[in-house]
Amino acid sequence: MKNTAKKIYIAFIFLFLYAPIATLMVLSFNASKTRAKWGGFTFHWYSRLFQNREILEALGNTLLIAVISAFVATVIGTIACVAMTGMQKRSRAILMGITNIPMLNAEIVTGISLMLLFISMGLRFGLGTILLSHITFNIPYVILSVMPRMKQLNPSTYEAALDLGASHVTAFFKVVFPDLLPGILSGFLMAFTMSLDDFIITHFTKGAGVDTLSTKIYTEVKKGIKPEMYALSTLIFVTVLLLLLLINMAPAKNRAPKNIQK
Amino acid sequence: MEKELIQLVDISKSFDGEMVLDALNLNIHENEFVTLLGPSGCGKTTTLRILGGFINPDTGRVIFDGADITKIPPNKRQLNTVFQKYALFTHMTIAENIAFGLKIKKKTKSYIDDKIRYALKLVNLEGYGNRMPNSLSGGQQQRIAIARAIVNEPKVLLLDEPLGALDLKLRQEMQYELIRMKNELGITFVYVTHDQEEALTMSDTIVVMNQGYIQQIGSPESIYNEPENAFVADFIGDSNIIPATMIEDKLVNILGTRFACVDTGFGHNKPVDVVIRPEDVNLVEPDQGTIQGVVTHLIFKGVHYEMEVMAAGFEWLVHSTTLFPVGKEVGIRVDPFNIQIMNKPESEDEEAVAIDI
Amino acid sequence: MTSKNKWLSTPYVLWSVMFIIIPLCMIFYYGLTDKTGSFTLENITAIATAEHAKALWLSLLLSLVSTVICFLLAYPLAMILSNMKVNQHSFIILIFILPMWMNFLLRTLAWQTLLEKSGVINSVLNFLHLPNINIINTPYAIILGMVYNFLPFMVLPLYNVLSKIDENVLNASRDLGANSIHTFFRIILPLSIPGIISGITMVFVPALTTFVISTLLGGSKILLIGNVIEQEFTQASNWHLGSGLSIVLMIFIILNMIASAVFDKEGEGSML
Repeated sequence: MKNTAKKIYIAFIFLFLYAPIATLMVLSFNASKTRAKWGGFTFHWYSRLFQNREILEALGNTLLIAVISAFVATVIGTIACVAMTGMQKRSRAILMGITNIPMLNAEIVTGISLMLLFISMGLRFGLGTILLSHITFNIPYVILSVMPRMKQLNPSTYEAALDLGASHVTAFFKVVFPDLLPGILSGFLMAFTMSLDDFIITHFTKGAGVDTLSTKIYTEVKKGIKPEMYALSTLIFVTVLLLLLLINMAPAKNRAPKNIQK
Repeated sequence: MEKELIQLVDISKSFDGEMVLDALNLNIHENEFVTLLGPSGCGKTTTLRILGGFINPDTGRVIFDGADITKIPPNKRQLNTVFQKYALFTHMTIAENIAFGLKIKKKTKSYIDDKIRYALKLVNLEGYGNRMPNSLSGGQQQRIAIARAIVNEPKVLLLDEPLGALDLKLRQEMQYELIRMKNELGITFVYVTHDQEEALTMSDTIVVMNQGYIQQIGSPESIYNEPENAFVADFIGDSNIIPATMIEDKLVNILGTRFACVDTGFGHNKPVDVVIRPEDVNLVEPDQGTIQGVVTHLIFKGVHYEMEVMAAGFEWLVHSTTLFPVGKEVGIRVDPFNIQIMNKPESEDEEAVAIDI
Repeated sequence: MTSKNKWLSTPYVLWSVMFIIIPLCMIFYYGLTDKTGSFTLENITAIATAEHAKALWLSLLLSLVSTVICFLLAYPLAMILSNMKVNQHSFIILIFILPMWMNFLLRTLAWQTLLEKSGVINSVLNFLHLPNINIINTPYAIILGMVYNFLPFMVLPLYNVLSKIDENVLNASRDLGANSIHTFFRIILPLSIPGIISGITMVFVPALTTFVISTLLGGSKILLIGNVIEQEFTQASNWHLGSGLSIVLMIFIILNMIASAVFDKEGEGSML
């Protein structure tokens, strides 16, 4: 009885979280151009999507920014984590405090502060400024993913590698890095996701004529969203879902025999 | 023997289809220090958790002071537990930890303060009341866990490997502390451990368990000197377990040589196992020994030398304060009352198994 | 690792000074000066004007309500999830992050479709003979949008602290005579405070400062403080006033940060 109640509650929350996503998916097959009514099933918007240069360009920008910013943030963040373990407690605490600012601060404040910076530097607003901003808010996600791994690390393994004749660089890449890798990967993935989903900071740091999917959708809100957008986001979501299912299935296969033994 | 306080009747429990306890029966007396001893996975912790009420047995009953408490939740039982790794409440001070149970029972403030002072004194941590648990060492946290349990005046204290996380020296100290506390409190202790030395040092009664079955119940002396089967003999201390034949009462054929012993009632020409403790193997000049062999290994252990002697095709483990160098020919003699005869194992789980602790 | 590696921190230190510290200083510079560059508090005190104060008040109200709703929804959920003891920590986190792969503007817009007079939800309510709800373009829709968007940020830190509580600590509480209500209020709730604080911060700050959700679900009539600031920058181009109002906002954010620094020293309440 109690368990049924729990299951219903979980189901209710997931319905709440995923209902809009299902709605968007349904709308992507809606022949009617308005969201308000169902005009029959169609693949029309999917074929139109690939002829819509504006959307494709925005998609290209979004992916380009997400990949580059996540990558740069991962490199800087990982190096920062390694550096922080060698630091004194106080300077480390200060740096971690600064790291937390973009996480805890309001996105709108981060967005306008960067906008003011870029203006005073005389930078031309465009892909470059978006990229700088995204790297800035992505680094904390990487640090927060890598740092716990770093703390778990047994310092003796690094020293053992040195003892066995490895150079500092070799010891890092052969011994420390593999241990950090899961944290680094999840940090990268987190950063990529955050960059992809960002609207507010991009809104303040983008230039005229340069759009990501988010800013494109925002400008379309008043005119009405083009159904191609629904098609595109359905495609993205389904692709990611399939990828994640594949990743989750693979280790499950390896785990299975162990359970049987037990 | 004092009166029976706890009876476990036909307790069975399985997890995910795996039998952990199989029709276990056990009686625990008032004011007794009982130790459940066995390798990991033997069911000792499960037994303790059933006593504490944290898991329900699949079948069987738990009788406490004459009443069936099988279905009673832990918060309504008159016993308290000292958990593995202490399980202190890290968000409360030491005093608040100790007061927790008393506040729930709505005791007066002065009563609670008295109890806290008494408990901290009992565990030798006076003046620690305002500290936080994480600022204490492992040994100190352990003492607090005990204090937190005993202020509730339980009739039985359950201790789940309480010394497992401490280093050797501290562990030995705490063993004496526990005995002192038990005597001071005058209550029953049920203690779970995989450490045979701990069990031998502290217990009135040891319950040796393996694979969900009780292998032997007895005083430390009887468990050590008269193990009932090879598993017990092997698990408690070092021993030589040798296949042999019981020729008749008080005469056994070990490795082709006749030895006098004191056991009777095994029948004629019956295959048995004999247990001889390494300190009971006397090394003498070859012509004075019952059988002859050669020393193959020698290690100095502090109190004694540990030697291995190859004799009659068997490697004998010997503890002796006299040194016999490697390669020396020696004779082996064993006093009749030091030869312990055991029936051959009837089932697989009574066999001496490799123990990884 | 040795102190030889100190130079390794240089890239990040430089980056954070350049793109975190200096930009924040610039907001203070703009917020505390007028167009001629001389010092003034006018941009800050502008919050007291009827229009701005109303927007701030509404923002505070809606974000507080959303935070409370998120907490009430998330705590039982996090408890259920942490009790499931599935060895699938990352899977549960994934379920809450997965929706982010569908653009958040579109997801929020989808609520319009769901909430419309003849939308999905009202059709279901009709079918069940229940009264319809017409909350689109009202503050209620904004609250719904906030709860929807920020709920995962409440669930994840709570789930994280709750699943870390040692089972034996709960057993100890029961062992000492506490029933489940006592155990909840004296043990579970206090031990989950780092997660609660972190969850509140993660929901309250974005809810307080949003301008997107109010634009998408509130129609054009409802202005939150975020909308006011956004308009000062993108339409009115009065950066000084916009910065001044941002400073006011930051006071609330800093209060929040102090609270989380005090209660969550170990960073136990983190999301991941």
